[in-house]
Amino acid sequence: MTEQSAPTAQLEQTAEVAPARRSTVRWVLLAIGLVAAIALPWFVYPPVAMDIAAWALFAISVDLLLGYTGLLSFGHAAFWGSSAYVTGLIAIHVGVPFPVAILGGMLFAMLIAVPIGYLSVRRTGIYFAMVTLAFAQMIYFVANQWHSLTGGENGLQGIPRSFFGIEQVETDAFYFYYAAVGLILLGAWAAWRILHSPFGRVLVAIRDNPARARALGYDVERYKVVVFVLSAGLAGLAGGVFSISHGFASLQELAWTTSGKVVLPVLGGIGTLWGGPVGAALVVLLEDKLATIGFDGIGIITGSIFIVIVLLFRRGLWGTARTVLQGLADRRHRAPRD
Amino acid sequence: MAPARTEREVLLATRGLTKEFRGFQAVRGVDLDIERGTVQALVGPNGAGKTTLFNLLTGFLTPTSGTITLEGRDITGQQPEQIAHLGVARSFQITSLFDQLTALEHLELALASPTGLGRRFWQSERRLATFHGRADELLDQVGMAHPAHRPAGQFAYGQKRALELALALALDPKLLLLDEPTAGMGLEDVDRTIELVRRIATGRTVVLVDHNMHVVGSLADRVTVLQQGEILAEGTYDEVRTNPDVVTAYLGQPHA
Ligand SMILES: Nc1ncnc2c1ncn2[C@@H]1O[C@H](COP(=O)(O)OP(=O)(O)O)[C@@H](O)[C@H]1O
Ligand SMILES: [Mg+2]
Repeated sequence: MTEQSAPTAQLEQTAEVAPARRSTVRWVLLAIGLVAAIALPWFVYPPVAMDIAAWALFAISVDLLLGYTGLLSFGHAAFWGSSAYVTGLIAIHVGVPFPVAILGGMLFAMLIAVPIGYLSVRRTGIYFAMVTLAFAQMIYFVANQWHSLTGGENGLQGIPRSFFGIEQVETDAFYFYYAAVGLILLGAWAAWRILHSPFGRVLVAIRDNPARARALGYDVERYKVVVFVLSAGLAGLAGGVFSISHGFASLQELAWTTSGKVVLPVLGGIGTLWGGPVGAALVVLLEDKLATIGFDGIGIITGSIFIVIVLLFRRGLWGTARTVLQGLADRRHRAPRD
Repeated sequence: MAPARTEREVLLATRGLTKEFRGFQAVRGVDLDIERGTVQALVGPNGAGKTTLFNLLTGFLTPTSGTITLEGRDITGQQPEQIAHLGVARSFQITSLFDQLTALEHLELALASPTGLGRRFWQSERRLATFHGRADELLDQVGMAHPAHRPAGQFAYGQKRALELALALALDPKLLLLDEPTAGMGLEDVDRTIELVRRIATGRTVVLVDHNMHVVGSLADRVTVLQQGEILAEGTYDEVRTNPDVVTAYLGQPHA
């Protein structure tokens, strides 16, 4: 067949961003992100900076499912919260350095994610959200009842921050931030690695067209379980850092309101990886400001802002900014044809 | 006993294959034998059950009763991904692609499928570049020699159909099921697609659904006519065309 006979001939070539330039943009963004993570405790109160970092990773873990696989989990508190407790329990009873305790919490979150994922990925859409919520509520119930282990409504108090006897890290929130943010960055890097792997490609295919993915021989349910467990691990890592940072784990971490933090990546823009951190920074900073001025109706303010952003920017803050910037760049340099 | 039969090998067979949707039988007691190396056309009016039959053969639907065997092995009730791994690939009547992926990315996925590379979440997606060469060949084969680095969601219709074919081919299937590959095409594109399918079909087994009798006449070794879920007639194109039942039921109208 000749080239002319190809249907391709009808294709109108519109501007594309040249791959080389796109990867430059990626590196610049990465540098900005790293600088922001390092500079953060100089500009905001260090424990708040730690909260931003932890919620940023939680938001990334949600986006891994929502933005890249098309699964809305409404039970991610189960992984954030159970890791917060298990991390705390290990730190209290075993007395290992806190990164080891967090690793334990993370592994526990992944372990419970296996059966939960297995039982919920058969459902899609709102049913998937409901099943994950139901499991999260079950775990909340168990933590509430098992008073001797979890402290029930009092939460788990006095979680130590042991770190190889380095006193600044163990007592000063500023130094602790730098010790712990490394774990968060490691988690963010893992998410990036997963999304830009052959596995990540399959995830996008599943999100776009699960039936076609199956016709190509991909076991869609299995892939969903694996990404669910990986996502739970990242949420667990974030929850573990949070509980060490605060020195206690409360039932709040397991409550459905924590699962409700799925709005963080939606605010920032799903399927963008940067959207989660942007949304997390916005919400944590806002809540902190409102709390310091003694404002009661925090929920009303953040809720309203959420609605406005979702209505105004359908792709979220980051997603919209990226689209606009890309549009400007494309207008200036048209990509050369190859 | 007859020596001529030894070279006729049945690749896929169905017996009493039936699919019921809430009391309505879309496919009823279908006995089909697909011989290796042949092109078999499946024709019949809209709603005859052709797509449903494809969905049964590829595991997207579970039969209400009846069996499906591939190379003598019972595959009834297997999942679509398992059947794909056994060497049955299909194209979809309604174009079914991954909107966010480019043509090359589609083919890399299809080619990587049997290797298990897709499970590796710890490696760079650059690993998929091993399939570039083969992907280019396939694109060339279906006439997409210069694919755009654009997501398939933005492709022109003809391109989508071509990629649909390339995807099914990428699995190097024993049995290729094509559901209306010329649907919605102009005359020129139809002729091009006939040529393409002819080339693809050499050395392969193909089951083809098409409404266009010109397509069926030029490609099919055998034709099965389906009506209201049942096999109405079977034979060569000329046998079927002159079959009185078929003439009254379906081919009555003149065609190009
Ligand atoms: N999932 C389904 N649920 C209910 N009825 C269906 C379903 N799929 C197909 N049908 C019905 O089965 C019949 C055969 O449809 P189909 O196999 O698509 O026909 P064809 O491909 O020959 O045009 C039609 O009457 C159609 O409405
Ligand atoms: Mg059909």
